Amino acid sequence: MEDQVTKIDIRKDENIVYKRTDLLVDRPLSYCPGCGHGVVHRMLMETLEEMDIQDKTIGVSPVGCSVLAYDFMNIDMLGAAHGRAPALATAIKRLWPERFVFTYQGDGDLAAIGTAETIHACNRGENFVIIFINNGIYGMTGGQMAPTTLPGMRSSTSPYGRDVATMGHPLKITELIAQLPGTYYVTRQAVHTPNHVRRTKKALRKAFENQKRNTGISFIEVVSNCNSGWKMTPVQSNKWMEDNMFPFYPLGDIKVDGQLVPKKETAEKE
Amino acid sequence: MGELRLMKGNEAVAEAAIRAGCDGYFGYPITPQSEIMEYLMAEKPHERTGMVVLQAESETASINMLYGGAGTGKMVMTSSSSPGISLMQEGISYMAGAELPCLLVNIVRGGPGLGTIQPSQADYFQAVKGGGHGDYKMIVLAPASVQEMCDFVKLGFELSFKYRTPAFILSDGAIGQMMEKVELFDPIPRRTEAELIKQCPWAATGKPKNREHIIITSLDLDPAGQERVNLKLQAKYKIMEENEVRYETIQCDDAEYIFVAFGLSARICQKSIDLARKKGIKVGLFRPITLSPFPTKPLGEMSKRVKGILVVEMNAGQMIEDVRLSVHSDQKVEHYGRFGGIIPSPDEVVAALEQKIIGG
Amino acid sequence: MAKIKGDIVINVERCKGCEVCIAACPTSVIAMSKEVNGKGYHFAMKVNDTCTGCINCALVCPDGVITVYRAKITTE
Repeated sequence: MEDQVTKIDIRKDENIVYKRTDLLVDRPLSYCPGCGHGVVHRMLMETLEEMDIQDKTIGVSPVGCSVLAYDFMNIDMLGAAHGRAPALATAIKRLWPERFVFTYQGDGDLAAIGTAETIHACNRGENFVIIFINNGIYGMTGGQMAPTTLPGMRSSTSPYGRDVATMGHPLKITELIAQLPGTYYVTRQAVHTPNHVRRTKKALRKAFENQKRNTGISFIEVVSNCNSGWKMTPVQSNKWMEDNMFPFYPLGDIKVDGQLVPKKETAEKE
Repeated sequence: MGELRLMKGNEAVAEAAIRAGCDGYFGYPITPQSEIMEYLMAEKPHERTGMVVLQAESETASINMLYGGAGTGKMVMTSSSSPGISLMQEGISYMAGAELPCLLVNIVRGGPGLGTIQPSQADYFQAVKGGGHGDYKMIVLAPASVQEMCDFVKLGFELSFKYRTPAFILSDGAIGQMMEKVELFDPIPRRTEAELIKQCPWAATGKPKNREHIIITSLDLDPAGQERVNLKLQAKYKIMEENEVRYETIQCDDAEYIFVAFGLSARICQKSIDLARKKGIKVGLFRPITLSPFPTKPLGEMSKRVKGILVVEMNAGQMIEDVRLSVHSDQKVEHYGRFGGIIPSPDEVVAALEQKIIGG
Repeated sequence: MAKIKGDIVINVERCKGCEVCIAACPTSVIAMSKEVNGKGYHFAMKVNDTCTGCINCALVCPDGVITVYRAKITTE
């Protein structure tokens, strides 16, 4: 009887329960094997598809690994200069208040060269979504130290590990911008397991729903891996991320509906 | 006849922006041009026309706000003065590369560095030779009066959209601050969304089902592709050279000598002409209005009829390089300049003409 | 009796062999191929019929190469 069941072909369109969204352009992603960017791209596009706002959305991509995000997202997009995505998004949203606007930025882009633009867009309470991918390293330029590189973590410009005495401390910019009155929803998520992916998707939906109501900035940090930069296999890098990144960058909501979440609840509950 | 008003040059820029149908101004305060944003804020253009005015956190943010707005087809502008314009160069290069229209106004002050807040023309090279990285050019307009400050805002927007390239008004602290009578043009309504999409089919306005998605970028990693981008830009600049050269000649018909000067220097030279002609020196003025594209051909033609050319600039000699490239190598061309915020007097310009050209 | 059956189809030419799907699968349906695809990657492949169509593998796949089917099968 079991054999009969398994032999029945269920590969029919009506039985599809999951497939790649058409809002992703049908071309291979340029990211390394196992990189979290691809998952975040897909969750973002699924969110726009489910809200049926493809024609009303304008995205801004950064400089970094996701500089070519506009090649993969089947929506109108602008490629910003390094760090300036929030400035572009500010003008776009002010000039097109009926459109949905987001920036997609890495840690170097958002938390180093673009710190001023990030903080001021957040502080003005601009009505767009910021998606912040934090993998603690500059991936595209070959694994240099990022503002979010952990203490002691090796990179090509901190080959003996980040020495905070000379190289400064990692910047928890997400906690920092959560303090600003212009931010409405601030959360930190991940995409390395199915449950984390589901939570990130929920956060994205919440962020874009917030934008509909002009609440101010919704800011989603995704702590992600960089197996090439970290010099590990993808599966190892996900484990390393859990063991090292999450203790320093704890997952969970930091600010919801304009209210800071009390600290003890911030830690992720599995 | 349009509405007449007595206005500062900076105020004329601001009023003209509202009347030109500008969608957004993004700027950062710096002397001597802060009146532009002050005037705009006081006028509440969001009530008059729906125009957005935002004080940004820096000039870097301002120019990138322009990039964002222009990439969606909006008519956007900023203004600043020399140090602030230096900060914007990266963004200008990106906009030239992505072929985006916008209007930039530089109310130049003396440099280098923090320099002084007094007027200067020392940013000529920066404006006409690029300033930012890569092979690009802007349309550069040089007003010599408050009236032209007003008119060139409208003209600058028209040209920037016609050629999808940044347009630049190179003025200075004196013209920005001086008050003169201005005839204002009648207000032009801001474009509707449908009009914008019709005018700018290239703009990222949100992807409908029936068209491909639009990407605004200056990046093309493929060298062959990037060369094509450059060839396209150069072809566009060639058409601009053929169609958009603007200049003015004053008392050149019988002139044995000419001054070549732009902006404030050209105004001083007009007085110098009167003084010189009283002495019996037949001198005229050739005033480039578009500094880029430079009026190479008309200046070259005119130079054949004169004995010598004095280039008068409030800098150490910048436009003189383009003048020399426009005339025969045998032509006598000299420079007279004051810098660091000093405005030359008409007398000293005449003296320079006598000493460097006639007597030299 | 009714039974939930799942199935997956992997776009092997787009697979980069990162193995993240293997860790995500609760019923050990996926393993890596010995062969390589056009890009030189060992690709993920379905190795048994215990798939429940839970979509976990497809969710974590960075390249979105997995399509998931699920159906209720009634057998006598």
